[in-house]
Amino acid sequence: MPQAPVIDLAIELRGVHKRFGDVHANRDVDLQIRKGSIHGIIGENGAGKSTLMSILYGFYKADAGEVLIDGQVVRLANSRAAIEAGIGMVHQHFMLVDTFSVLENVMLGAEQGMALAPSAAAAREQLQHLADNYQLNVDPDALVGELPVGEQQRTEILKALYRGARVLILDEPTGVLTPQEADQLFRILRALREQGVTILLITHKLREVMDVTDSVSVMRLGEMVAHRETAETSERELAELMVGGSVDLELNKSLPNTGEVLLEVKNLGVRDARGVQVCRQISFNIRAGEIVGVAGVSGNGQSELLEVLAGIEPLSAGSFNVLGQEVDSKYKINPKTLRSLGVNHVPEDRHRLGMVKPFSAAETSILGYHDDPVYRRGPLIDGDKVTAHCQALMNDFDVRPPDPSLRSAAFSGGNQQKLIIAREIEREPKLMLVGQPTRGVDIGAIALIHRRLLALRDAGVGILLVSVELDEILALSDRILVMCGGELVGEVPAGDADKAQLGLMMANAREVENV
Amino acid sequence: MSSADNTVHMPTWLRVGVVPLVNLSMALFVSGLIFWIIGENPIEAVRLMIYGAFGYQEAIGYTLFYATNFIFTGLAVAVAFHAGLFNIGGEGQAYVGGLGMALMALAFDDVLPVYLLVPLCLVSGAVFGAAWGAVPGWLQAYRGSHIVITTIMFNFIASALLGYLLVSVLIAPGSMAPETRKFLDSASIPYLYEIAAWFGVELSRSPANGSLFIALICAFGLWLYIWRSPSGYALRTVGFSERAASYSGIDARKVTVITMCLSGGLAAMMGLNEILGTQHRLLLNFTAGYGFTGIAVSLMGRNHPVGIVLASLLFGALYQGGAELAFDMPKVTREMVVAIQGLVILFSGALAYMSEPWVAWVYGKLIGKHVIVEGAV
Repeated sequence: MPQAPVIDLAIELRGVHKRFGDVHANRDVDLQIRKGSIHGIIGENGAGKSTLMSILYGFYKADAGEVLIDGQVVRLANSRAAIEAGIGMVHQHFMLVDTFSVLENVMLGAEQGMALAPSAAAAREQLQHLADNYQLNVDPDALVGELPVGEQQRTEILKALYRGARVLILDEPTGVLTPQEADQLFRILRALREQGVTILLITHKLREVMDVTDSVSVMRLGEMVAHRETAETSERELAELMVGGSVDLELNKSLPNTGEVLLEVKNLGVRDARGVQVCRQISFNIRAGEIVGVAGVSGNGQSELLEVLAGIEPLSAGSFNVLGQEVDSKYKINPKTLRSLGVNHVPEDRHRLGMVKPFSAAETSILGYHDDPVYRRGPLIDGDKVTAHCQALMNDFDVRPPDPSLRSAAFSGGNQQKLIIAREIEREPKLMLVGQPTRGVDIGAIALIHRRLLALRDAGVGILLVSVELDEILALSDRILVMCGGELVGEVPAGDADKAQLGLMMANAREVENV
Repeated sequence: MSSADNTVHMPTWLRVGVVPLVNLSMALFVSGLIFWIIGENPIEAVRLMIYGAFGYQEAIGYTLFYATNFIFTGLAVAVAFHAGLFNIGGEGQAYVGGLGMALMALAFDDVLPVYLLVPLCLVSGAVFGAAWGAVPGWLQAYRGSHIVITTIMFNFIASALLGYLLVSVLIAPGSMAPETRKFLDSASIPYLYEIAAWFGVELSRSPANGSLFIALICAFGLWLYIWRSPSGYALRTVGFSERAASYSGIDARKVTVITMCLSGGLAAMMGLNEILGTQHRLLLNFTAGYGFTGIAVSLMGRNHPVGIVLASLLFGALYQGGAELAFDMPKVTREMVVAIQGLVILFSGALAYMSEPWVAWVYGKLIGKHVIVEGAV
């Protein structure tokens, strides 16, 4: 590697190889991270970022290559060894016990001795110390399950620091945060850097990399393809390095040509299984030929709203009228009926709703349509027809690998999502309900999915788009609804919307809610 | 790096062929240790067992007879399992199914010919078994009572019900034993040796009967149902992901009840083999634990009809060979035979994946490459 003479490297990887079966997850990876810097690692899904971090955190053992920490070759046999070597990890999905307090979570697994009380006292003191040093304020006695997501994340960071981490790995840390919370996180990260902590930021958001990192490494197909100083690169260059070619990030969006009202929601209320009100007094409508975006921080009722409109869950108050069919609390519409009306649904949780992981891709490609006589031969399902159908979808949406017999779980997130969207679009819907269409999807697939959704809208389909990615909402929507605490807190025409304003609407109302 | 290109996947023939054999050998090895401890010759014991199960025509007949019971109860467990249901009530469902068959046989064996009465008994038994499975299914789907608990309770209810009926209602007049009168020939499924005789082939007498063919047809039919029919698609969707089912508009509750009907109906078919095939009367506890062993059979057969037929043969052989063994070796008790069966279940079912890395390692040494075991990702 043509690098300047290095003195203070927190972490160095040399020639790391890791293979899973036929998949070469990491191929001859070299990486150098300066002590006390914020270093971004970007790459599409399946580029090998997570594998590399798992090697660094002792979850996997590299097939070949060396890991050096502070210039010393180390063997990281398990995560305990990594922790002892001073590496801390904040996972994308928090590893916290909801029913424990912050203090108990921080201590968990790092208790000293048999009795809890003395180590709890020591931990409390240490926690205060950390909070003072790094602006990491969290009430140590609060129950983790009752904290906002941003503070749960801070608890995770505290946990790592409490264990003496000098290198902090954050895996997609802003996925669940509002823009304001993300800014707060970045302030904390900068404060940590001032104190000499080295930070590794794994992300797919180019903007964050540009905002917060000092240097950045790009991975593609298991290889490290470039190292850059953040100041000397651009979003476009990074995107092209990630994809390995030029990318068209721009969307050509024409003016909407709206038609009749397809969906009218009137004072809709939803209670979840425990009887908690998760949506209240929601009213809006969707016309043919427009995309209505629902913005909001994850967990503010938008998922429940989508599932009610898709016929999966019943509503508790109000009603909605979809393509002339009236649905209220006495009548729960079946998703099958909705499909026959021309309402198709791309669910938020594709792993649990949109597909059946152990099914073959061909089987997943008829989920929701397995009763359709098109796929029958006599009383039985005709495997050849299903396979041919799946093959056609795969070709149309460039699903890779284009193998209908492969298990659904074996595809990357982007390809799973392409298959699901292909399945729903093929049915020529009048109204599409779309949840998080690009969550965990690579850049190439995102562009394709966005273009397809816009094409659908231009063809006169009404689309309800629920997403926690503000950029996505802004890029696609004609009107934006903001949800917070189960209520619609505002509606903004897409042309007038700006991110800061939406972020405030998403967050402020929540503070009102908490009072 | 050259080492990276030096890896191969574990071949399928190793996984489905060699690994189960290794598992079985381990079970037999541990069983051998037990024999050695009590002072019997393990090699001789294995020889006696294999001879007892397959050594002569009558032995094979008995093995097939037991295997038939296991196919039915194993399939019953498997179909429920694919819908995510753990049906432990095969015992009770078979018991009540037997009642359904016996009632028809008792009522009509003097008026209907065999080719009408046996199908009638079959349908009646299936309906009785299905009903006995449907109630716990309904309770789970619509009332949230856990099916494991309710099916166990239904085993006890079935047992009490049949006990009462056999002692007080259905008992043959003047009989001391709690069993019905013997059915007439019109209610019996022909023995295999009888069927063979129609074609001029002479076989030794054994209880193996035509139910074996019905069992094999059921196995094939169940395969078609689960993997080739729209209802089977719905069933597997519910089994893998209830959320995906509700997304696609499949009514998971309905699927639960229908699946439990099927499961109970299949378990009830055991009565064909025992009641119509051999006993020709309804008697106390004719199910003798086959319903429970069906769980192990299904587990060992990986819940696949082909696997279940093979596992049923193995269990049939263990039953028959074990009985011979207990007869020939005075120190070997009936309980020891059960212990051997338990070890087979342990190594082939519960510890099924334990030997895979070992087999892969040995194979890798032999071919000089690194062998990757499935599921390591």
